[in-house]
Amino acid sequence: MNSSVIIFPGSNCDRDMDVALKKFGFKNKMVWHDDDKLPKSDLIVLPGGFSYGDYLRCGSIAGKSKIIQSVIDFANSGGMVLGICNGFQILTETGLLKGVLQQNKNIEFICKNIFVKINNSENKFFENIDKDVLELHIAHNEGNYFCSEDELKSLEDNNQIAAYYCSSDGKVDDKSNPNGAIKNIAGIFNEKKNILGMMPHPERMIDKYLSGEDGSKFFENLIRNLK
Amino acid sequence: MEVNEKIAVEHGLKPDEYQKICDLLKRVPNLTELGIFSAMWNEHCSYKSSRLHLKKLNTKGKKVIQGPGENAGVIDIGDDDAIVFKIESHNHPSFIEPYQGAATGVGGIMRDVFTMGARPIANLNSIHFGSTQHKKTKNLLRGVVKGIGGYGNCIGVPTIAGQTCFDQSYNGNILVNAMTLGLVNKNKIFYSKAAGINKPVIYVGSKTGRDGIHGASMASAIFDDKIEEKKPTVQVGDPFTEKLLLEACLELMSDKSIIAIQDMGAAGLTSSSIEMASKGNLGIELHLDKVPCREEKMTPYEIMLSESQERMLIVLENGKEDSAKKIFDKWNLDFAVIGKTTDSKNIELYFEKEKVANVPIKFLANEAPMYDRPWKKTKLPQKIKFSNNELKKLKFDDVIKKMISHPNICSKQWIWEQYDHTVMGDTIQKPGGDAGVVRVHGTKKAVASSVDSSASYCNAHPFTGGKQVVCEAWRNLVSVGAEPIAITNCLNFGNPEKKENMGEFVECIDGINEASKYLNFPVVSGNVSFYNETKDKGIKPTPTIGGVGLIKDYKNLMTMKFKSKENLVLVIGKTEGNLDQSIFANVILDEKKGPPPEINLFNEKNNGETVLKIIKEKLVLSVHDVSLGGIMIGALKMCIAGSKGIKFYKFKNLTNVYQYFFSEDQGRYIIEVEKNNLKKVESILKKNSVHFDLLGETTDKEIIINDEPTFTVDKVTEFYKGWLYKYMS
Repeated sequence: MNSSVIIFPGSNCDRDMDVALKKFGFKNKMVWHDDDKLPKSDLIVLPGGFSYGDYLRCGSIAGKSKIIQSVIDFANSGGMVLGICNGFQILTETGLLKGVLQQNKNIEFICKNIFVKINNSENKFFENIDKDVLELHIAHNEGNYFCSEDELKSLEDNNQIAAYYCSSDGKVDDKSNPNGAIKNIAGIFNEKKNILGMMPHPERMIDKYLSGEDGSKFFENLIRNLK
Repeated sequence: MEVNEKIAVEHGLKPDEYQKICDLLKRVPNLTELGIFSAMWNEHCSYKSSRLHLKKLNTKGKKVIQGPGENAGVIDIGDDDAIVFKIESHNHPSFIEPYQGAATGVGGIMRDVFTMGARPIANLNSIHFGSTQHKKTKNLLRGVVKGIGGYGNCIGVPTIAGQTCFDQSYNGNILVNAMTLGLVNKNKIFYSKAAGINKPVIYVGSKTGRDGIHGASMASAIFDDKIEEKKPTVQVGDPFTEKLLLEACLELMSDKSIIAIQDMGAAGLTSSSIEMASKGNLGIELHLDKVPCREEKMTPYEIMLSESQERMLIVLENGKEDSAKKIFDKWNLDFAVIGKTTDSKNIELYFEKEKVANVPIKFLANEAPMYDRPWKKTKLPQKIKFSNNELKKLKFDDVIKKMISHPNICSKQWIWEQYDHTVMGDTIQKPGGDAGVVRVHGTKKAVASSVDSSASYCNAHPFTGGKQVVCEAWRNLVSVGAEPIAITNCLNFGNPEKKENMGEFVECIDGINEASKYLNFPVVSGNVSFYNETKDKGIKPTPTIGGVGLIKDYKNLMTMKFKSKENLVLVIGKTEGNLDQSIFANVILDEKKGPPPEINLFNEKNNGETVLKIIKEKLVLSVHDVSLGGIMIGALKMCIAGSKGIKFYKFKNLTNVYQYFFSEDQGRYIIEVEKNNLKKVESILKKNSVHFDLLGETTDKEIIINDEPTFTVDKVTEFYKGWLYKYMS
């Protein structure tokens, strides 16, 4: 399986993502934002960080970068695209995903372990995953997902909500919402479910000496589904 | 403008210093030259009050690759890997403008580290604020934490450990000390010594603006009522540009184009150009019209004294300009050839085709003033006699609650959750442990680091306090299973022109030195911050020590959390029961006098090395050093971390329970041992003549003292974690 990670100026989880993808068997290439062509890939990843300093608005300048048109074309032709954290913000800025990511409700950066409940596993990202509550890690200042009522309805109707923040036993409630996201939304798909954007970082949870191992489950499952 | 003594004094120079400049030059300097002298001769850049004493420090060791005098210190961690590290203060700017002050402190120290060719792998910080009741404290804390996070998070370097203290002596002068560790191949370290003449001098990074002009002079003065007016002297940080600069510099460093490189920190272009030339015994010629400027009509004076952030000065090999420029173009950073090295041994500045300054470099560097300031010794205070009757009146539960939720003991989670501590994917011990630990990427090794200060001890008796801080850093590293290697120090003091403050400085250094020698724990880098004084009131002497150690196999990382119930808990090291200067005496008895706990360096070293031995033999499950709050707080923190309880056995020997549980006797650790390993552990301890006591055993949840249950671990956790969130909400 071939994957590509896009590096924008200011990306800072590109190496972590590269390490994770390779650990679980992807042949990964790094792609510079100023390139215009993507290498042959089964998966494109937009990593976390502060692309272009997150100036103007998180992800907005990256959403207009040179490489991004190729990513949009790739996604529109059904290619698998994963955006983590800043990558999720970029995906909403391109319009590939609905809604926006606002500043966290407590107006503070948050770095901690959280739990998410997988809401839809009928897609290549989560199909066959053997756990429906994953312990992942967040590190963001703007992870408070928001969209209009119509958009929310269509996300729900099309089963596009990928994961909700929840308690360790899977309860989706206010207490387990770290950033004020509408309906506890941690990640969403596009309509065809080939694009996933989510705030939590699975790449930081890939061995037992780190914050946890549920990220491994995500990647192991993903590569199995893509084969 | 004609320069005279009055203008020189406005630049922070003393009249006799100005006279010395005129004598050296055999003429009156022009304004630009005066600005350069004032920048180079201020306390911050010249170390004029401290140099004499810093020379005494123990800076050598088998693993030291580079000691003080470079951008940062370097130690060998085996297999060609080296760790570059340093701590630096940004106290004055952070008090004036907490967000930018703290942010640029973090930016500055990271630049010091990557200037040497190292990729930063961990940040730490030590921050001190005034009383929690003081009206400014909350805002300063919020601003500083946001600033540290805002910068480090954006660059993508994890903040893995830190320390926060509150004390009214910082009401008018907070302390913000930032530390960075970087990883470098030991054969590819870059230094700031220029070599060769006619080599191009390159300016890279951000453009130069009018921000931070005279920042270093501001940091060398005491504060008064008009401090708010100094806001324009605080620099403004742009972590995004620093991230680009980091990547571009490391890319350029992968080949052999760089002869010398220096970041533009305090005193900007002035100190960076002069330091490189001075170390290489060369001259330097700069054409200031070529410096990329952010603002219009900047004068040579402003260009030379600006402290705009995220800039570097590089001496390049001839003919490498084009390939180097390509790299900086790729990262969208300014790149300008602004001058060359010369054999004149002078700094010569040109602006609009005119020579605007010409000063021998040795006048600025070697001839900078050095003072042997008068200083006063601090006598060891008398021991306090604590009245047993007074102690008997206390209720144990109340004391525990008050102690565990005290601002200087309670959990700092509210702070470190705002720092990205997991980016780079190698953080194996997060903040909240005895030391932060990151793996050396792609290897079995891990590096542990902690940062400590003990201002109350240093205030009571600077010599003992100085020793104690070094030992504390050593113990924190031992507790995570790391072999301690070296330290960096940030020496925060009051006004060196007062003999009491100067005495605190001299004696703290003597203490640091003695412990550092005995423990073979050399000082490889550091920084001095004097004049932490507002309207005549100085801070407590606060040397901050950052320690670095190595864990050869990260799988052997030790943590402080109790692992399971019914294990034995031992205290390593002798409990004497001294309450003087303890946080118990201070908080519960309101007794602030008395001597700090004594340091016995033999025991310190022997106990630490023995603990490392039993960690290596895999005979312990958890380890934590005993510090603020004594055995009780130490044990409770282990309970909280592991969500377990403890049943304390009846204690022997000491006259009362408070002495036993809350004394801060030094050189002690608490360890958790499986019952069937006790014999083996005992035999190692006895063989090494290490004193130990059986403290109790772990329980499921209950904390039991004298056979009576007190709190559950969940309740204590609430006290421990709740205070700071409540305070900040």
